Amino acid sequence: MESNTEKLVHAFGALADLGQEIASEGGFSEMVRTSLHVLLGTLAIRRGAVMACTPGSDALECIALWGLGDGFPIQLTVTAPEREQFLGAGLCRVTQNDNSSFSHFLNRHQTELQNSRLELIVPMAGRGELSGLVVLGRKASDEPFTEDDLEVMRAMVRHIGVGIHTHRLLGQIEQRAEENRRLYEEMRTIYKDTVRAFAAAIDVKDKYTKGHSERVGKYSEVIARELGWTEEAVEGMAIAGYLHDVGKLVVERDIINAPYKIDAKASKELNRHPAAGFEILSPIHHPYADIPLMARYHHERLDGRGYPDGLRGDEIPFGVRIVTLADSFDAMTTDRPYKTRLSFEHVIQDFRRNTGTQFDSKVVVAFSRALLKEVTGAVKERRIMKLLNKNYFDLDRAVPLLTNLITELDSNTQSTAAAGTLA
Amino acid sequence: MGESTGTIVRSHCVGTTAVIYASDYLNKLTGEKIERECRRQLNLGCRALVIDFSDTQLVNSIGISILLGIIDLAEKNDAQVIFSDVNSQTVELFEMLGLTRLVLVAQDQQAALSDLLAANAKIIGH
Repeated sequence: MESNTEKLVHAFGALADLGQEIASEGGFSEMVRTSLHVLLGTLAIRRGAVMACTPGSDALECIALWGLGDGFPIQLTVTAPEREQFLGAGLCRVTQNDNSSFSHFLNRHQTELQNSRLELIVPMAGRGELSGLVVLGRKASDEPFTEDDLEVMRAMVRHIGVGIHTHRLLGQIEQRAEENRRLYEEMRTIYKDTVRAFAAAIDVKDKYTKGHSERVGKYSEVIARELGWTEEAVEGMAIAGYLHDVGKLVVERDIINAPYKIDAKASKELNRHPAAGFEILSPIHHPYADIPLMARYHHERLDGRGYPDGLRGDEIPFGVRIVTLADSFDAMTTDRPYKTRLSFEHVIQDFRRNTGTQFDSKVVVAFSRALLKEVTGAVKERRIMKLLNKNYFDLDRAVPLLTNLITELDSNTQSTAAAGTLA
Repeated sequence: MGESTGTIVRSHCVGTTAVIYASDYLNKLTGEKIERECRRQLNLGCRALVIDFSDTQLVNSIGISILLGIIDLAEKNDAQVIFSDVNSQTVELFEMLGLTRLVLVAQDQQAALSDLLAANAKIIGH
């Protein structure tokens, strides 16, 4: 009786160890190996192995072993009907040689198992399916297994089976999550390629502004990054820039390509493009926010004199203000059939004159800062300058122009904020 | 007689016998280190292992399994294993699980070494 109590205490301690092992964050192989140790140590069994079922095959894979000779792992197979039999019976003795349901299995493997001095086969189950077999040798004491021993053994193997099943499920989930991540990345790439194709189609239609959409996308990206936006939001702004003029696809080519200032009727037709862009982009499920709205509103102005909706101030989303500035900057710095590009001094003057009415001061400051960093060499990659013609501006003159504009707009913003506080 | 403390497991050799000290709690971590040390000593040519449990308070199920592995390993190398300085609680555990049928449990390290000497003398006399 006393010995039985001691055995129970030892088994309880071992079950606690086993639970800890199964719940541990260590690797799968280590978990199985240690669980086998716990099982063997609980009953002082000298040798054993954990053989796991392999999906889509009868073969069993040895995933942990202890105390077995060089002959191991042996090649064990278990057929579908045998799996059911193991689950039903709960345990099989290697020495049993009757007409039991295990006769086919034993006919195939009895000799190998006996040669390895293995005596017991305990099935492992997970969610009602056989997940593998635990094969065990004799006890160190050489005594036969008692009913209590077998109960402890079954309980521990059940735990190991659940542990293996859970680890495998987690592995499958991780694998699927990885597949999903890969698919998502592929879809993003396809989406971006499609967007670029769209931008190219828009720009092909407008022969005078070749590359305009791409440049607006790149300028928008630079501004968003300078503002410290997340990488995803920066990507979204690039896409918004690429697609802002997509509505031009429905405007007649002659109007877009008119080599003169167009009349009121043609101008009305051309001004349809933001709303048309919104219509084109709305049915698409974009991975970034507000892409259709940025196409619709990119000709809106803070003073309410823009189109198509005449929005004012805060009614215009911040992202739109980025695209508006990027669009205007490209329009000012490229030649058009009816006007040549502005000098850099004039661009800065335009920014100064229209900040607060057409352009948002924070956006102008961010763009100017990004450009200043490129001009002074504070950043390695010259993303804006690369898109402008060589010799577009005199670097020595650009620095004070940008510095003064930034200082001026910064102090304006601060005094406006202070006035707001006082009010 | 050489003393090795390079690894966490303390050990020294007396002739062809390696004395290996088990830690205060013989579990997976410490058990595996002891097993590695036993393997190393056998590879170096030791013919007997004395595992000294004088520091050992507790042995868990994983420790038992690893000790059984060490016994197996020694058998394969024709080497003897003796446990020494085992506290009464652990002796009861070893007896309950049948380990005492596989190894001698000596009162202390000196007794273990004497037992080995006597056994060797018998073999030589025989």
